[in-house]
Amino acid sequence: MELTTLESVPGKTITRHLGLVQGSTVRAKHVGRDILAGLKNIVGGELKSYTALLAESRNEALERMVEQARAAGANAVVNIRFATANIAAGAAEVMAYGTAVVVS
Amino acid sequence: MEALIPLLALIVIGFVVGRANERRHYRELAALEAALRDIEVSNDRGTAELGAVASGTLVVGSVVIAEDYFKRIAAALKSLAGGNLRSYETLLERGRREAIVRMKEEARCRGATRIVCVRLETASLSEDFSGRRPMFSAELIAYGTALVPKAQRAA
Repeated sequence: MELTTLESVPGKTITRHLGLVQGSTVRAKHVGRDILAGLKNIVGGELKSYTALLAESRNEALERMVEQARAAGANAVVNIRFATANIAAGAAEVMAYGTAVVVS
Repeated sequence: MEALIPLLALIVIGFVVGRANERRHYRELAALEAALRDIEVSNDRGTAELGAVASGTLVVGSVVIAEDYFKRIAAALKSLAGGNLRSYETLLERGRREAIVRMKEEARCRGATRIVCVRLETASLSEDFSGRRPMFSAELIAYGTALVPKAQRAA
């Protein structure tokens, strides 16, 4: 599965468009992470545990998007975009979306 | 008056540690950016070079950053008068540069020399429905398509 933010896959041509595919996850920070982040907040800067948490969520969202694309018979997803939304205290939604295509 | 002592301590910690961290982070960023300068980054489609490209893959860099109490108080005072909130400007700038550096590092690992179609996004993570204003934190992400040139694919 080729993944790209471009409108085409470098070195290949798109033969079929299969429409929009998307994947998302909603993850909550777990208590341990939240306490550590709370302590870290005293000095500011990077909250490494949240960076890791959201990176994991993004990978999972991407995986779900890829699964959807595969189910549609695609071998690439183009024009990928990410969006993150804070939906409740301690939980964030991460989504990935793109256009499933067949390239050759 | 005694109730203010913990808060004052937090502000002093933010001022001393937060500022030292910020200065160190700027130095690290300058060094990393210099080391990664040969990877070209653009937010256009880069179609001119696509002919010489063997493959393109998605690369992502992200970071979650938070304010400290000194930045928070400095911003609260500054926003009474309006104008630039310098303490947040530097925080977001650091985060964004860090995200770009991480994206470039991922591209380098894949043997890419260019990243095209780059998008930058900022998401605030500090909304709270409790009514109390929580500490500000935000996720900054940079993502794009890393292009691996034809000659290097074998390596």
